[in-house]
Amino acid sequence: MIQARELTKVFHDKKRGEVAAVDRVDFNCEAGKIFGLLGCNGAGKTTCLRMLAALIRPSGGSATVNGFDVVADAEKVRASIGFLSTATALYGRLTAYEVVEYFGRLHGMDDAALRPRIDELFLALDMNEFRDRRCDKFSTGMKQKTSIARTLVHDPQVMIFDEPTVGLDVLAARTVLNFIRDCGRGGKTVIFSTHVMSEAEKLCDTVAIIHGGRILAEGSLEELRQRAGLQNLEDIFVKALEEKP
Amino acid sequence: MSLNPIRVVYFKEIRDLLRDRRTIISMIVVPMIVMPTLIVAISKMASTVVGQARHETAKVMLLGGEDSPATVAALHKLKTIQFAPVSADYTNQISEKKIGAAVEIPPGFDAALAGGASAPNVRIYTYEGDLKSGVAAESLEQFFRQRKDEVVSRRLGERNVSTAVLTPFSIARTNVASPKKLTGNLLGMILPYMVILMCMTGAIYPSVDLTAGEKERGTLETLLCSPVPRTQLVLGKVLVVLTVSVITALLSIFSNGVALLMIRGMTAGVARGKSAAAALALDPTSLAGVAVMMIPMAVFISALMVAAGLFARSSKEANSYVQPLLFLAILPAAAGGLPGVEMNYRLAFIPVFNVSLISKEILSGLIHWNYILMVFGVMTVYAILAIIAAVLLFNRETVLFRT
Repeated sequence: MIQARELTKVFHDKKRGEVAAVDRVDFNCEAGKIFGLLGCNGAGKTTCLRMLAALIRPSGGSATVNGFDVVADAEKVRASIGFLSTATALYGRLTAYEVVEYFGRLHGMDDAALRPRIDELFLALDMNEFRDRRCDKFSTGMKQKTSIARTLVHDPQVMIFDEPTVGLDVLAARTVLNFIRDCGRGGKTVIFSTHVMSEAEKLCDTVAIIHGGRILAEGSLEELRQRAGLQNLEDIFVKALEEKP
Repeated sequence: MSLNPIRVVYFKEIRDLLRDRRTIISMIVVPMIVMPTLIVAISKMASTVVGQARHETAKVMLLGGEDSPATVAALHKLKTIQFAPVSADYTNQISEKKIGAAVEIPPGFDAALAGGASAPNVRIYTYEGDLKSGVAAESLEQFFRQRKDEVVSRRLGERNVSTAVLTPFSIARTNVASPKKLTGNLLGMILPYMVILMCMTGAIYPSVDLTAGEKERGTLETLLCSPVPRTQLVLGKVLVVLTVSVITALLSIFSNGVALLMIRGMTAGVARGKSAAAALALDPTSLAGVAVMMIPMAVFISALMVAAGLFARSSKEANSYVQPLLFLAILPAAAGGLPGVEMNYRLAFIPVFNVSLISKEILSGLIHWNYILMVFGVMTVYAILAIIAAVLLFNRETVLFRT
């Protein structure tokens, strides 16, 4: 479960002064559901997700992830999430196995828990063929699978995906989208940011349209369609931006 | 604070670095192979060139001397020089290295010597700084010194005065310092400087790679997603930089020491004829003392470089912060080893300089416990401050996500 209340992040910009990248955002993400954060580049998606992942501290408001406060219990928040984005790269000089093992150990897993878990993940993701090869020699798809195994090694309850398909080819993107769907079906709380409308339409139970750091509209796809009187998510998105106060 | 995450980060980073060719080059190949090879090769080249110059017969032009046949005849008997045809452009010929030197015998030279008067000056023309010219001039000077001694001896004999009148007493210098002290004095001038320099050289690459390099490759954000407190992450990184830095320094000292022993240049002056191994009478206690003094110093350097690397957006920017630190340290590290500089309470506060100076004193046998403890304490405080700076920077999101 993720709850954000009045969540705000203000950055200081030399030219523009104080800039609210995320401005008093409220939403709930429930277990077993996929929550989509839909917005253009610079809308505040990454900043919002980084606050939820306890990577950066909110300037105002609050958020809890899996029952832990993102400020007071930052380490417990990070222990209970899996965070995947195109910015979270792999160590090129380590093998796929070593990368996943390293993050398992950083999550405090011992050998007895770690080895069977890695074997299970590598089998499920069909990674055994390249488990002992260095990541810098990987194709995009192999890298993405290794990143997925890295985020799942400690079996987190909450998954946060920040535009995870940016720059991926069709097959690699499909692997990631299937994985996100499986996470939701598996009962995990999933929050997923994208600017690709088709991805949101395919995967999300709830969609929030974010722009200029503020949530302009939120609801299930059906609710958004009814409110806007439009069928296509792209049209709904554009209308929300045009109607913004 | 649990040490386990620091251990996990440490061993991962060491494994990662050891798989990087650039680390192997900067940590092992340069100190173990390149530097000693350069020292030995340059020394061999120098000794070969000097040896060749000494064995070659120097070409010399004789100016004047028409009325001094005895001196000219004696000069012609010298096997170390051969005479070039006389020419008015002898200075050009010396400059163009066609001849090594020219010697001008003044008119009436032999007559003045025979008559008991003072002869006018013999002038030797050379090209300062040129090896062959120097060797030629040396042969000529030696010839004329010998000739002067013969004349003095003859003149004193004619007056029934013993040549002993010229040496009423002689001066003998007796060394009371043990070979250990002699070696210590010599080592004190170069060893601390070298250790500091190699510590810094070794720390440069890993400090950049583990900080700005991680930002650039996008692995830092992956690492920050883990539940390990950031303080432990940065301590793991500082420990890695410290390890590489110390290993580089130790390998460098070992290999350069072997190279110096090979050429025997270092100990030749100390040993005065003894074998190099016998002359290198090291005092293990002093060396251990210097090693202990270097610990807070190495921690200080490693943490400072990690902090500088963290602040940068990219490896290129990090290098522009870290490289000047190296140059900033060279001067105080070298100044501390200069002879005549002595420790006092003010100097004990200058980082790098204080360690270099106290290490020199320890190696030369000067044990001032008050200064030793003070420098160790001051450097420990500086090391802690540098670690705090690195930890604070690693906790600042404006620094971590500064790309």
